[in-house]
Amino acid sequence: MSLDKEKIKHVAKLARISVDDAKVESLTKDLNSIFKFIEQLNELNTDKVEPLTSILNQSLRSRKDEISDGKIREKVLKNSPKENEEFFVVPKVVE
Amino acid sequence: MSKEKFDYFIKGEKGKYEVVIGLEVHAQVLSKSKLFSGSSTKFGADPNNQVSLIDSAFPGMLPVINEECVKQAVRTGLGLNAKINNYSVFDRKNYFYADLPQGYQISQYKNPIVGEGKVLLDMPYGSKEIGIERLHLEQDAGKSIHDMDPSNTYVDLNRSGIALMEIVSKPDLRSPDEVNAYIKKLRSIMRYLGTCDGNMQEGSLRADVNVSVRKEGDKNFGTRCEIKNVNSIKFMQMAIEYEAARQVELIENGKEIDQETRLFDTKKNETRSMRSKEDAHDYRYFPDPDLLPLKLEQKLIDDLKKSLPELPDKKKERFIKEYELNAYEANVLVSEKEISDYYEEVAKFSDKKLAATWMMGDLFAMLNDKGLDISKSPISAKHFAELIQSIKSGEISGRIAKEVFEIMVESGENPKKIIESKGMKQQSDPKELEKMINEILSKNNDKVDQYKAGKEKLFGFFVGQVMKLSGGKANPQLTNEILKKLLKG
Repeated sequence: MSLDKEKIKHVAKLARISVDDAKVESLTKDLNSIFKFIEQLNELNTDKVEPLTSILNQSLRSRKDEISDGKIREKVLKNSPKENEEFFVVPKVVE
Repeated sequence: MSKEKFDYFIKGEKGKYEVVIGLEVHAQVLSKSKLFSGSSTKFGADPNNQVSLIDSAFPGMLPVINEECVKQAVRTGLGLNAKINNYSVFDRKNYFYADLPQGYQISQYKNPIVGEGKVLLDMPYGSKEIGIERLHLEQDAGKSIHDMDPSNTYVDLNRSGIALMEIVSKPDLRSPDEVNAYIKKLRSIMRYLGTCDGNMQEGSLRADVNVSVRKEGDKNFGTRCEIKNVNSIKFMQMAIEYEAARQVELIENGKEIDQETRLFDTKKNETRSMRSKEDAHDYRYFPDPDLLPLKLEQKLIDDLKKSLPELPDKKKERFIKEYELNAYEANVLVSEKEISDYYEEVAKFSDKKLAATWMMGDLFAMLNDKGLDISKSPISAKHFAELIQSIKSGEISGRIAKEVFEIMVESGENPKKIIESKGMKQQSDPKELEKMINEILSKNNDKVDQYKAGKEKLFGFFVGQVMKLSGGKANPQLTNEILKKLLKG
């Protein structure tokens, strides 16, 4: 797999990261070399190996259906740049 | 009911087109707390008051799954006759939106908790099976409010993180009527199971609607469009009609249909393209590193299966057998669990056929009129059964029963008491009736002669007189018999 400049710009847009044109050049180079390194793994034959989804040999932890959280609006809204006591306030997004 | 033929096609200039519909229904799981946090799911709370640091995606917070939500998904899967997967995986579905603080939704992609199943629909043209592709668990997003401020959008995260079941149908639906029947059936099954309250006004049940069209007889599907987030059956039906007509027009004009996401504008009654969603399909799913795979013990699944209540299809069969109802009556009476419970309570103490007729007639009309659910009925099942028995035994006539019914609605009194205190008992003593009728006939000698001379229409006049004199209480059947006998003589 190799990345071209268009792909880099697309991924940056999806991730909402601002990347200027000068940076795209060096990012393309860096990321491609990272991918190349990772792709060495494809040389191994893994036909008979189960995919490893976790290194922990545990099952998913669960909790009982009880209300144990919430009612902390002040805390939740504290770091929001704009607020009106009750809501998060963001630039208008309308379809 | 007579069997009609399926007939929903869009007529173009170049032929008839079949409409192909698949639904992705989002059903809110009934649980006290959210899928991965301990905040409450209760509807209608103050904004952002049911939000934890997990729901608002603070750094370093870890999701822990709610075991009840898992059970609810399994119950629903069993109710849809579906395969339950012992192994499923939670993935991150990445997209950017103001009401999604994590920047991704935790969902299930390649390995959903429930696999293929099916739902049976009763259509006027026979029963139809709709395939279920899958059911998976996912988080709901928050709510954006656009009309409180001209230049800003307000975000309420109370809904953020509530568990949803996404139920994906196969593209087996062919008309707005089938969509209506399908949603109602899903809703009914989930309400029986207690896994979703099905309240569409509160957004507990909403759907993305996939629509395509093809020439009648074509084997291949046409290009589909997805209409996002429609929250009422009526709007789904309107959106499908508009969208199908739009696609047929494009095809007939030799144009291509773009596979795209559209929204239904309920004010203009049309669908239109959501350009902002162009990139949205690039979701970059990957397994959520915060969550291990979900492994279900077979014993848990078997135990849940054993504890399921009787579901509408089974109950309908039983009602037809046990209460000798026809398929239509049975269908109506099992549509809601509360209705079927009420009916069974009434039928236990009264005539089962007459009870069904009166429930589906006067009782439903009254509830509809008052906008009440059957659980809030001003007439209890016990009182209703007494009323039915009074009709069945001949104590009161059907006409008087309607009056008693009205009084019961207003007063909540038991019918026996009403009948007695108002002297509404039917006159069924043949001797007394005969006496009364003789009196009427002797007062109307001229009309009796006319009747005997062949003016048989006057029979109705005599019946009317009897009813008038008895205050509507004369037993109609007996009155007819005696009148006929005396007029012959």
